[in-house]
Amino acid sequence: MMPYFKFDYFGFDFSLVVAFIVGIGFGFALERGGFGNARILAAQFYFYNMRVLKVMFSAIVTAMLGLFYFAWIGWLDLSLVYIGDTYIVPQIIGGLILGIGFVIGGYCPGTSLVSASTGRTDGIVFVLGIFAGIFVFGELFPLIEGFYNSTNLGRVTLPEFLGISHGMVVFLVVLMALGAFAAAGWGEKVLAKKNGRGVE
Amino acid sequence: MNSKNEKSHEGKSFEPKPYSNPYVVGFGLGLVLLASFLVMGRGLGASGAVSTVVAVGVENIAPQHAAKNNFYKEYLGDGTTNPLKDWLVFEVIGVMVGGFISGSLAHRIKRTTEKGPNVTVKTRLIYAFAGGAIMGIGAKLARGCTSGLALTGGALLSLGGWAFMFAVFGGGYAAAYFIRRQWL
Repeated sequence: MMPYFKFDYFGFDFSLVVAFIVGIGFGFALERGGFGNARILAAQFYFYNMRVLKVMFSAIVTAMLGLFYFAWIGWLDLSLVYIGDTYIVPQIIGGLILGIGFVIGGYCPGTSLVSASTGRTDGIVFVLGIFAGIFVFGELFPLIEGFYNSTNLGRVTLPEFLGISHGMVVFLVVLMALGAFAAAGWGEKVLAKKNGRGVE
Repeated sequence: MNSKNEKSHEGKSFEPKPYSNPYVVGFGLGLVLLASFLVMGRGLGASGAVSTVVAVGVENIAPQHAAKNNFYKEYLGDGTTNPLKDWLVFEVIGVMVGGFISGSLAHRIKRTTEKGPNVTVKTRLIYAFAGGAIMGIGAKLARGCTSGLALTGGALLSLGGWAFMFAVFGGGYAAAYFIRRQWL
């Protein structure tokens, strides 16, 4: 049965080897996508290159369909896959702050590591900034601990929250992604004409 | 900065290759994420590893100060194992290695600073540091970043993951106009 680690197919030390290998795959994919380059990432927010949306939604759809399928054929116990609790208000505020940081800095944490390891000075400086930000957060933590722990809804998923079946949510997410891909392709064309530019 | 005196390579084979098709990349990234779910029962992450390193650093400099703080304590564990022997720390080292391998194969390793045409390198680096710091705070408040919460939580259909993802795009698009000079 999967997930293998939860059924003790291997121990903690080997899980670190898995972590390293999974990380290599993750970093490789990010670099292939152009996400070691802040200009490509920032372009998402000016609508002239929608790679972030395309890569992110196709990855989400792929993994989501895989999870659904493996659970459906009975090879995977989905309840053993870790889903963090939802703290709805801190997560929305944190997301807004993170989005602002994304446009200002040009990266997110994962992509900045790829940028740094492929030689970009702005990526290295961005990583240093994350260290500074997390240190500031840590030092301020006693002041914001109450807010940080507020609005805990527990381990809640969209099917539970919306009251519709897992399969239906999967279907709706696929539809939404296809709609987003079509809109992204159309938007790029319109803006490329208007601005006469593109990153690729 | 190094970008100024970048030597032009001779021979076509050293030209950086164009980035791959985004849907192919997304499919590949989705398979990596799926493999992590199936083998480990958990998804990807990035900012958590930085938190561990920060917590260990604070503990080394001021152990009593760290012990009083619930945020640092969460990343330091119970003291029986080295906190740096952590799944996300090893994953993040892999991310850097994987990025380097992919960049090497495509001749995209380059000492340079990525920026828009209308800003100096110095301005760009100030923005990069500020953006990184803002993102560090946002990621910790939200309990995850684009990889740990939006990507992983998105695939798991977590309510918090999806709310977070829309908030990230919302915050980004709201701020984009004010800092367009950096990129356009």
